[in-house]
This record gives sequence, structure tokens and C-alpha cells, in this order.
Amino acid sequence: MTPRARAVAVAVVLALAVALPFFVSNFRLFQFTQVAVYAIALLGLNMLTGYNGQISLGHGAFYALGAYTTAILIDQWSVPYPLTIVVAGILCLVAGFLFGIPALRLEGLYLALATFALALAIPQILKYFEHWTGGSQGIVLSKPNPPWGLKLSPDQWLYYFTLAILVVLFVLARNLLAGRTGRAIVAIRDNAIAAGAMGVNTALYKSLTFGVSAAYTGVAGALSALAIAFVAPDAFNVFLSITFLVGIVIGGLASISGAIFGALFIQFVPNWAQDISKAAPWAIYGIFLIGFMYIMPFGIAGAIRRVAARAARRGTAARA
Amino acid sequence: MEIFFQQVVSGLATGGIYGSVALALVMIYQATDVVNYAQGEMAMFSTYLAWTLMNAGLPYWWAFFGTLVISFVGGVVLERVVIRPVENKPILTIVIVCIGLLVILNSVAGWIYSYIQKPFPSPFPTKPIMLGTVVFGAHDLGAIGVTLVVLALLYAFFRFTTLGLAMRAAAQNPVSSRLCGIRVGWMLAIGWGLAAIVGAVAGMMVAPIVFLDPNMMAGILIYAFASATLGGFTSPGGAVLGGLIVGVIENLVGTYVHFIGTELKLTVALAVILIVLVFKPSGLFGRAAVHRV
Repeated sequence: MTPRARAVAVAVVLALAVALPFFVSNFRLFQFTQVAVYAIALLGLNMLTGYNGQISLGHGAFYALGAYTTAILIDQWSVPYPLTIVVAGILCLVAGFLFGIPALRLEGLYLALATFALALAIPQILKYFEHWTGGSQGIVLSKPNPPWGLKLSPDQWLYYFTLAILVVLFVLARNLLAGRTGRAIVAIRDNAIAAGAMGVNTALYKSLTFGVSAAYTGVAGALSALAIAFVAPDAFNVFLSITFLVGIVIGGLASISGAIFGALFIQFVPNWAQDISKAAPWAIYGIFLIGFMYIMPFGIAGAIRRVAARAARRGTAARA
Repeated sequence: MEIFFQQVVSGLATGGIYGSVALALVMIYQATDVVNYAQGEMAMFSTYLAWTLMNAGLPYWWAFFGTLVISFVGGVVLERVVIRPVENKPILTIVIVCIGLLVILNSVAGWIYSYIQKPFPSPFPTKPIMLGTVVFGAHDLGAIGVTLVVLALLYAFFRFTTLGLAMRAAAQNPVSSRLCGIRVGWMLAIGWGLAAIVGAVAGMMVAPIVFLDPNMMAGILIYAFASATLGGFTSPGGAVLGGLIVGVIENLVGTYVHFIGTELKLTVALAVILIVLVFKPSGLFGRAAVHRV
């Protein structure tokens, strides 16, 4: 895709996203807020797995950490909610960086298993620190009201709030990945030894990528706590982490737009499956998953890239 | 001391189950280089087949071996039909297809057989065996015995038969194996079939303890992953031993470390695994993967 076509596509999608609250019900809007939240989390995971080649089955843990940070700060100390998101991001950055250090010794399958263990342990740990987390009852929050006397419903305000953060984080991620740092991250994925020989500090970059990735997912978790206005340990089970992995692979690995496609998939396809068959909805979901992988083994973004490349080739051939 | 021994024994009993599912995981990993996330659900489905056969009036051991045959064929067919099209695709694509398979099998089993728990018979006597004051469940001992028999058979198969040799070769170096005339694709399919058999055995040993229901393997699969990690993904014997170790650790820590109790049992088992992974990434008995640069 040419840079110009891409800019037009981004502008159209952004305009649609801004106009959306005026066309859909509050419940639908809430679902789209969820899509935006998932997209941020998927972008974080995609940096780690897609760009840096470290498979994580445990990002639900960072999502939970972010969500609980926000919930506890609001619930116990009435911290203003925008501030809690920043705290959640920083906390997850540190946690991710620290987890990334032992993860340096692990590769592929073993890293997947170690992170899987992290995801599994989370609900139990959350229930254990009952004093802070409210145990299995969770913490109930109230949805924030729009500031500055804006005439918006809380759902609409949260949607715009999430969308704004999404845009900022996506621009930051794009700049990070398009530059020198991004090249280093990708070089480590493609050949860590060669990257090291070229002077890339692979250990530092790998743990930093882990940190940034966790920070993105943590911010997403914090936003989800606000959007749902409720956190409970069982919402952060291991299937959440698996869903994130499904999201980035279906959306397209190592692709920024893939995070959006993946988020749409994991938000809406389970509902469609439910509509198609009440008796065995997950069978339908499974068929969707396998079907998507057959048709688009490189995800939705990969398929679009391929179609665009073919169109471009045809265009040059016609002009020649 | 009595409590200690009793806890070790019951740890070994549950550990035997973890070990048998871990064995199935390691089998597929060795024969195909894929970690099959659908392994637990395949085992669950096979167990339902056994239940159907028994309900149709077959005696236990007829149903047992009948299930093994059907599972083998089922495993081969799944590989040919579902996994084959993505065989050479990125590893994560295969992982997602396996997850798809997992939810399909789970959902279809719930649809056909409902989510109500069903009792499943054990081939072993119900009378517990006493050794001093320590009680052994006959089924537990039987299940560990069956797992060890399966392990021995697998070892013999891979070590002493031409087909086993061909399968090992196909997993290690597909290109050279193909040049030697080994049909690599079929070796993978047979690997899935064998893993389905091991899974079916594990399922039929687990079901009398946890009862038969579509979600029965979810918890066990997690511990099986842990066991396989601990023992090493390249070592079938290590997987079984890893299972026993995880079972015992889980029970002892739950009994003796009071602030942990039963609530954080899972967390402790997983912490042990994390520590093992950091200090010995290929597991206790696994071989470290060597790459040529």
C-alpha cells in the first residue's frame, strides 16, 4: 500500500470511529469501547510476540495487574481515574521488565509455558490478597462522568477517552517500531546472534520490549476496569491470555493494524457464534478460528497486505 | 509421619494421572514438534467413546481396546484433515488451529453428551490396600501401573521397531528422511494417532476419579503441561516422573505450609516450574536444543 493510500485509510477509519457514538446504542458503544481496549492490549502483545518473537501466553496477568491497580487506587484512595491509568502503565512496565529478565533464558515453547504459568496463577493470587482485591467478590466501581460539562453519556465519554488513549499509544508504537529501536527488536526476532554481532544489546532490548508490551496491556486492563466498572479475579483466567494470542494471530502478527482486526474478531465473533448455534456456540467459534487460519495463515492484516501488493503489481503492469 | 506418607501416596496417585497426560503431550511433541493444546480434549472425547461402548453392553476390556483403536484412527484423521493444511505454516498458526480444535471437541462433547457428570467404571477392585497404616487406593495403583506399561510399550516401540525409528527420523530431520524413502507426512499422522491412544488411556484412568464431563481434562492438562516442563519435553520418562513430582509437591505444600493451604496450591506448583525453567530450561531430564548457526 502506498503511504498516501494508507494515510487516507487511517483518516477514514478515524472519522468513522469519532462519528460512531452518534449512530449506535449505548450497549453497542460499550462493545466498541471493549474493542478499543482489546486493540491496545493486542498491540502490546504483538510488539512482544509479532515483532520481537517472544511468545507470551500470560498477558492476561498484566491486563489483570493494570485493571486491579486502577480499581484499588480508586476504591481505596479515591485517586482521580486518569492518574490511575498512568500508574497502571508504569507498574506494568516495571513488572514486565522484571519478568522479561528470567524470560531471557527461555525460548519459544518454554517461554510460552512459563508465561502460561503466570496466567494460571493470577486468579488464585488475586483471591488470596482479599484485603486489597475484595477476594472473589471483586471491586465495584462507578463509571466516571464526562468532565467540563460535556453533554455526553458516561458510555460515550468513556468511548472517546479510550479512543484518545488508543490513538496516542498507536502513534507512539508506530514511531517506536519504525525507527532504530524497532529495527533492533525485529532483528532480534529474525536472528538474535546476528543482531548481537551487529551491536544490538539483545538482553536489554528483549526485556525492554517485554516491559513496554506489558505496559500497553496494563493500560488496556486499567481502561477495561473503568469501562466495565467492575473487576473480579475469574475474569482474568487463562482463557483471557489465550484470547489475546488468538487476537494477534487472527489480526496479523507484526502488524499495527492487525491489533484492530484482532480486537474486532475477539469481541464480536463469539457473539455471532452464539447467534448461529445456541447448542454448541464454541464449536462454531472453533470452526471460525480454523477457517480463518486456512484462508489467511498470516492473519487479516497479512491477507490485506497480500491483496494490496497484488493490486499494486497489476497497476504497474497496466501502466508499463 | 503417617500423615506425611499418606500425603506422599495420594500425591503419587494424582501425579500418575498428570504423568500419563504429560506423556501424551511429550509423545506428540517428539513425533511432530507441535505442542498439542487439544490433547486434553481428545482424551476426554475418547473417554466418552469408551462410555458409549460400555453403555452399548461391551465388557470393560473390550470397550477399552475398542476405544484405543477408534482413538488411533481418530487421531490420524484429525492430523490428515485439520492439521495437514497448516503443516508448514508459522508455529503460532498451528497453535491457533489446535485451540480451535480444543473448543470444537469440548463443545461437541457437551452437545452430544450434555455437561452433566457421569460416573465411569474402574477396572480395578474398589477395596483399598493397607500397608501398615498407609492406605493405597487400588485404582490409583492400577492407574500408575497402566501408565508405566504404556511408557514401556512406547519405549520399546520407538527403540526397537523400524516404524519407531522412521518416526524419530522424520521428526528430527524431515528432509533427509524423505530422501531415505520415509513418508514423513504419514509419520506425523501416526504420531497423532499414538498420542490419541495415550490420551485415551489417560482419560479412562482419570475418569473414575474425577467423573466424566466435558471439562474434566482442563485442570489436569494444566498440571500435565507443568509435569512435562519439569521432566523435559524431550523425555517421555521424565514426563511421567515430572508428573509424580508435581503431584507430591502439590500435596505436601498444601498440607505443611500453612499460609499457602489449598488456596495457593496451584500457584506453588507453578512457581516450582518457573524456577526449574530458569535454572534448567530444558527440564530435569530433557536434552537442551542445539542450534546450528
